[in-house]
Amino acid sequence: MGAQLRLLRRRIKSVRSTAKITRAQELIASSRIVKAQQRMHAALPYEREITRTVSGVLSNTAKVDHPLTVQAENPRRAGLLVITSDRGFCGGYNANILREAEALSRLLRDRGIEPTPYVTGRKGIAWHSFRSREMGGQWSGFSDAPAYGNAKEIADALIESFRDENGIDEIHVVSTAFVSMLTQQVTVTRILPLEVEETERPPDTGPMPYYEFEPSADGVLDQLLPRYVESRIFSALLQSAASEHASRRRAMKSATDNANELIRVFTQQMNQARQAEITQEISEIVGGANALADAGAGKE
Amino acid sequence: MAKLRVGVVSPERELWSGEADMVIAKTIDGEIGIMPEHAPVLGILVEGGVLRVKGVEGGDLVAAVHGGFISVGNNEVSVLAETAELGSEVDVARARDALQRADASMDGESAAAVQRARARLIAAGEEV
Repeated sequence: MGAQLRLLRRRIKSVRSTAKITRAQELIASSRIVKAQQRMHAALPYEREITRTVSGVLSNTAKVDHPLTVQAENPRRAGLLVITSDRGFCGGYNANILREAEALSRLLRDRGIEPTPYVTGRKGIAWHSFRSREMGGQWSGFSDAPAYGNAKEIADALIESFRDENGIDEIHVVSTAFVSMLTQQVTVTRILPLEVEETERPPDTGPMPYYEFEPSADGVLDQLLPRYVESRIFSALLQSAASEHASRRRAMKSATDNANELIRVFTQQMNQARQAEITQEISEIVGGANALADAGAGKE
Repeated sequence: MAKLRVGVVSPERELWSGEADMVIAKTIDGEIGIMPEHAPVLGILVEGGVLRVKGVEGGDLVAAVHGGFISVGNNEVSVLAETAELGSEVDVARARDALQRADASMDGESAAAVQRARARLIAAGEEV
């Protein structure tokens, strides 16, 4: 067998095994997207209710003077919650997030605010520690299936720093919103201080009820606002998880497609090389036979 | 009589939603019963409370609710539980086990655990 032929065979074998791996990853990711989407939808009612309750309370209490809603006069430090994935193999997912986080940091610095990154996901942590950037907090190990406890842990750390005099004055979240299977959008939202805004209410829900509080307005707000922040972070984590799986599926699908294309090209080259070898062998045999025949004819 | 629209949700999922005649929950001020046309209320629920929803088609609904809020307005009741479990979903053997363990170790932390386990058993319709 020719050297070229052997070389091509070996390459095809290696590409084929890569394709098997990426194909498996693609299938795993697509089955997980469905699960992640279900979790996202399951979490929606709670998020909707708590948002409604918070806006109801904030819009009909005479004065809202809770620490979590007060805007610092001169914000000096901001916390940036950057949600990345634990594993790679998901295309530009993490790169997009980190780029957006960098852009936001620059923007904040221009306004005279010092950003502190709080990072979830091994990839983001590695990115920050490689550049020896200081992190306010880091969490990992749950990016593909976050639990509410994870969101709570993160929210506790952020709120604690927010309440501290010398802590952060604003909290922004950089995450990926799951728009559809094909579209995921990097989004930046400010979650603290909460914005108390009188929005136009849709007419069908009627006026917001004027609540009585048990035990007291302050007591309820003390409990309610942290839960609201947790819920927002939880929803960002869930959306990011779904987006991560969707990106991974897409990246792995194109990797599989590319591998199959390579296999096709190599197979063609291999067939060509084999055919060339055979043609050469035949012409050698024919040439040899002719030479023998000529020699025999010359003797007679 | 008008009915209440009730939703019981936890951060991870919606446990139950539907119409009912009465909701009884335990806030930190004590038990609160809500019937149609109740004034808007926002209350904090206790750890290890039992939530009862009466007048539901197919029997009353009982759930163990650990922390969270109840918000009432316009004949709508939302129970926002931090964690919650429907009575029919409670693993009785495990809850009993947890209660015994928590009872055995007498410290401050286990008091809450006793409450939680108790609520789960009551929700499941067991004697405690």
